[in-house]
Amino acid sequence: MTRYTTTTEADREEMLRAVGVTSTRDLLAEQIPAALLRDEPLDLPDGRGEQEVHAHLRDLAGANTSAEDEVTFLGAGMYDHYVPAIIDMLLGRSEFLTPYTPYQPEVSQGGLQVMFEYQTAISELTALPVSNASVYEGPSAVAAAAYLAKLHNGRGKLVVSAGAHPHTLQTLETLAHGYGQEVVVVPLKGGATDPDAWAAAIDETTSAAIVQQPNFLGAVEDVAALTAAAKEAGGDKLVTVGAYDPITLGILVPPGEAGIDVAVGEGQTLGNRLDFGGPSFGFFAARDAFLRRMPGRIAGETTDVDGRRGFVLTLQTREQHIRREKATSNICTAQALNALAGVVYLGWLGREGLPELAELLARRTHYARTTLAAIDGVELLHDRPVVREFALRLPGIDVPALVAHVQDRGYHPGLPLVRTHGDEHADGLLVALTEQRTKEQIDRLAELLVGAIAAQRGGGSASPQAAASRNGVAA
Amino acid sequence: MADASYPEDLKYHPEHDWARIDGDTAVFGITWYAQDALGEVVFFDPPEVGATVTAGESYAEIESVKAVSDVVAPLSGEILEVNDALEDGPEAVNEDPYEAGWLVKVRLSDPSEIDALQDRDTYVASLS
Amino acid sequence: MSTPVDVPTPVTAEPVLPAAGGADPRPLAAPTTSVNPIQRDHATTIFEKGAPGRRSFVAPDAGVPEADLDEILPAGLRRTAPARLPQVTEGEIVRHYVRLSRRNFDLDTGFYPLGSCTMKHNPRLHERVTALPGHARLHPFQEPERAQGALELMWGLERQLAEVSGLPHVCLQPSAGSHGELAGVLLARAYHEARGETRTKVLTPDTAHGTNPATVTMAGLEVVKVATNPDGGVDLDDLRAKADDDTALLMLTNPNTLGIFDPNIQEIASIVHGVGGVLYYDGANLNAIMGITRPGDMGFDIVHFNLHKSFTQPHGGGGPGSGPIAVSDRVAPFLPLPVIRRDDAPAPGTRTGPSGAAFSLVEDATALPEGAPGSRSIGKLRGFQGNYGCFVRSYTYITSLGAAGLRDASETAVLNANYLLAKLEEHGVRELLPLAFGTRCMHEFVLSGGPLKRELGVKTLDVAKRLLDHGFHPPTVYFPLLVDEALLIEPVETEARETLDAFALVLAEILREAKDDPTIAQNAPYSTPVRRLDEAGAAKRPVLRQPLD
Repeated sequence: MTRYTTTTEADREEMLRAVGVTSTRDLLAEQIPAALLRDEPLDLPDGRGEQEVHAHLRDLAGANTSAEDEVTFLGAGMYDHYVPAIIDMLLGRSEFLTPYTPYQPEVSQGGLQVMFEYQTAISELTALPVSNASVYEGPSAVAAAAYLAKLHNGRGKLVVSAGAHPHTLQTLETLAHGYGQEVVVVPLKGGATDPDAWAAAIDETTSAAIVQQPNFLGAVEDVAALTAAAKEAGGDKLVTVGAYDPITLGILVPPGEAGIDVAVGEGQTLGNRLDFGGPSFGFFAARDAFLRRMPGRIAGETTDVDGRRGFVLTLQTREQHIRREKATSNICTAQALNALAGVVYLGWLGREGLPELAELLARRTHYARTTLAAIDGVELLHDRPVVREFALRLPGIDVPALVAHVQDRGYHPGLPLVRTHGDEHADGLLVALTEQRTKEQIDRLAELLVGAIAAQRGGGSASPQAAASRNGVAA
Repeated sequence: MADASYPEDLKYHPEHDWARIDGDTAVFGITWYAQDALGEVVFFDPPEVGATVTAGESYAEIESVKAVSDVVAPLSGEILEVNDALEDGPEAVNEDPYEAGWLVKVRLSDPSEIDALQDRDTYVASLS
Repeated sequence: MSTPVDVPTPVTAEPVLPAAGGADPRPLAAPTTSVNPIQRDHATTIFEKGAPGRRSFVAPDAGVPEADLDEILPAGLRRTAPARLPQVTEGEIVRHYVRLSRRNFDLDTGFYPLGSCTMKHNPRLHERVTALPGHARLHPFQEPERAQGALELMWGLERQLAEVSGLPHVCLQPSAGSHGELAGVLLARAYHEARGETRTKVLTPDTAHGTNPATVTMAGLEVVKVATNPDGGVDLDDLRAKADDDTALLMLTNPNTLGIFDPNIQEIASIVHGVGGVLYYDGANLNAIMGITRPGDMGFDIVHFNLHKSFTQPHGGGGPGSGPIAVSDRVAPFLPLPVIRRDDAPAPGTRTGPSGAAFSLVEDATALPEGAPGSRSIGKLRGFQGNYGCFVRSYTYITSLGAAGLRDASETAVLNANYLLAKLEEHGVRELLPLAFGTRCMHEFVLSGGPLKRELGVKTLDVAKRLLDHGFHPPTVYFPLLVDEALLIEPVETEARETLDAFALVLAEILREAKDDPTIAQNAPYSTPVRRLDEAGAAKRPVLRQPLD
């Protein structure tokens, strides 16, 4: 077995003598009742050395089809962006990887300044004055914003657009049940939040009105109109919440300029890997009025006894370790290392690079949507403006089978919407772009879709495996 | 920081709050003991003018860097004024808890409640 | 910019002390009230560096036919003023963050006995395997048939955690310990509601971590505090008085935050179960008991794990972490979705993991058999299935250690803590910093700085700051709240005896120095990148971002 302990037999003898016991078992038996003290080992396989364990983890990796193995147009909340080499190198540094939360600021100025820089970057991105130092990820960040709204106005209803990520809707439902709030979902119309239904659903019992931008189907919403209608119907105490894909803030109107009070979102697109869904980070930014209701850690600037500029965790009276049952959140450990990746990435993109990247995405997405929609058998699910992701319909096509057919040929065409929306979008496909998807790859995807549709229409197999099993042969 | 002091002319509540009565109005604050326990005050979250306060119940919170404390109303009434100067200078609560560090001014709704408060000597005795 | 430091003259000539690294035999002269050159670095954010025209990113050509941007996205939806991000080259970014990293103390560099945090060595194999593209570049919405390795790994970790906890049903989804706590409380609520009962109270001991009461409020319930007895355990009489049919659950950790194993745990379980309540275990102190005893065997119904404590996920300066939960049969139907299921006899041609079994990810409660885990799920607590990167590391760790290795880790953690306690006694440290409760401890212990403060006017905070000058990270201070001037010390199993010896000697030296001149500790640290910071000022006049105007 591997062990990372250092005690030799000789060490143990000396230490036991210093403690004044004959054996470790005696030391434990002094404290743990006999009925609970195990002698039989846990039922786990024996431990192994590093190279064997490495081989095993490699085998497990080998049974996964990653973005390394196929050209992927999968999105739906996480995206295969390019992560620059400096991020691997900086996140691997001992001084960033291994310390704890900065409870002793004198020896944590690195981490605290990173938080301060990250807060600045998020504030700039969202055009809102205050950001915290990260929360866990996207959907739970929306739930945290709903909790803030409840603390702020004490109202009981949450109104959320059906354009929110299905995981956001489910998380809100689960956590709002705890907070004691009711969730009302406003349907989409033509791909975007139905403005009439939105206004009708909101009144002075509404705590927060929540919209996602771009929405789950990739459509760019008119957030300014939605927030104006929400404040009109719900009054000033209502809190408007926007869940944003941060990369798109290189081209879209930022939440602070669209009437949003609290902006949150999934930060994975900023310098973080896919990692099968985590860890990443959630961002959380708000207007000044909400500062003392913000969840999570916040770093603030100050000076030391000699006048040096420095940083500390501040406004800690909001947090669980001081305010306990009245805290703004129970969050303790957050996502500091992933937020470091985020701020480094934003510096790497730079003031000009982020708008360039966002425009590049919009142009390629437009080309991809036009190209794919031109295929016989493929329609647009909606024709709202899009900037990095769009939804298609393939009437009469078994979309999961089509996906498998295309995957067998080295491409992933996108998320079959039956997986998240069941019958509502049974023939839907959600296609996402990143800067890694080239024109050539888009063209190749179009070819593959043509082939996959033809294979289904031809009444033949959609995949080599299905064909093989029909022929009684192992695939 | 001021030395420990407990003015004779004030009434005290066991949760370390004082009241200076003036006819049918009163001014409230926290005692030297309370500010000393809190440490350097960084934030006072005042109630709204016009709000009702109830004797023995919390009407606001006061924060230092590492602690939050409820502020308890010694008497019941309606808030007439709050000490706005504390927004930019919360440390007045530490430096001058009975004068510049006052918190709210109230119109009393039930002056008979004054009898239930402690006088200076009783309060100081309770601290040891 | 720095003003000249008023450096107190060292009081004695050259006491010889062990190096902070613990293993280096060369003695050090007394630290250290000297000035550290890094103090002359003025903190400058990345936003104050660079210049217009500098850049790192090179955008590829769009490569697609030209189109009018207004056609793609109407001007009214487009941003006019860009975010004022830095304009810097790669070299500037690297130098900035590398220099910044050197202003951090970290676990790789030195001893980090932060009680309740379990700062054990982070094995580097874990970084290598997590970075394998098959794990790192796997999309969370990949078809489960093509993510069999990931699902098998997660299923494997679930089995490992079930065995460690003694509770059979595991959900890996929560993102951190307090997220796992929230899951636990919501599960208990759902369990009672399903039985037609509304229970609103959660019992927590007054030694509980702050996340416990905060979590309870977020779950819509009310905290009731239970007293601690003079031995440091739960006051059984107080518990009996407060446990009733309005009790939803009792949240406890064992050993508790005083490092004490409550010998009455089975009685406690019986009292709470007797009124129909659920028993919840906060796994923050699991490092004391792996393979030695199990919360499931003690009677707990729900356990949360901190993968970033006992299971080596690096702390990252404040995350990421991961807070899986394990539950008993009666709570399992309410577990969050998705649920992983294993088929040991898959149809021929089905894609499988390396074990030969096929794994599925069930996202819909109605697709699960009655009574199965997740069949009456409370829903989701976050997107996707959790912090998979953390699962890879913890799975690798448990696989490397096996049953014997886990037991060795916990036994050594307990031995190290008791050994350090004995050394502190030997060096006379415990006269002014006595052990707050009992005589033995599990994997951590709490000293009280009350006598030190009364006799010398030196506080626990001052001791912590002076430790920084000696190259050690201080223990946890002022927690648990129950102990006056608390110093919570957790040495962990991966620290060598020499390090513990060095730490004990240094604490003794700090106390000796304090007797001679308390102002040295009161004004420490001297040699860190910055000295004591004005926290009150930061709270009164918050500056939370770099101004750019």
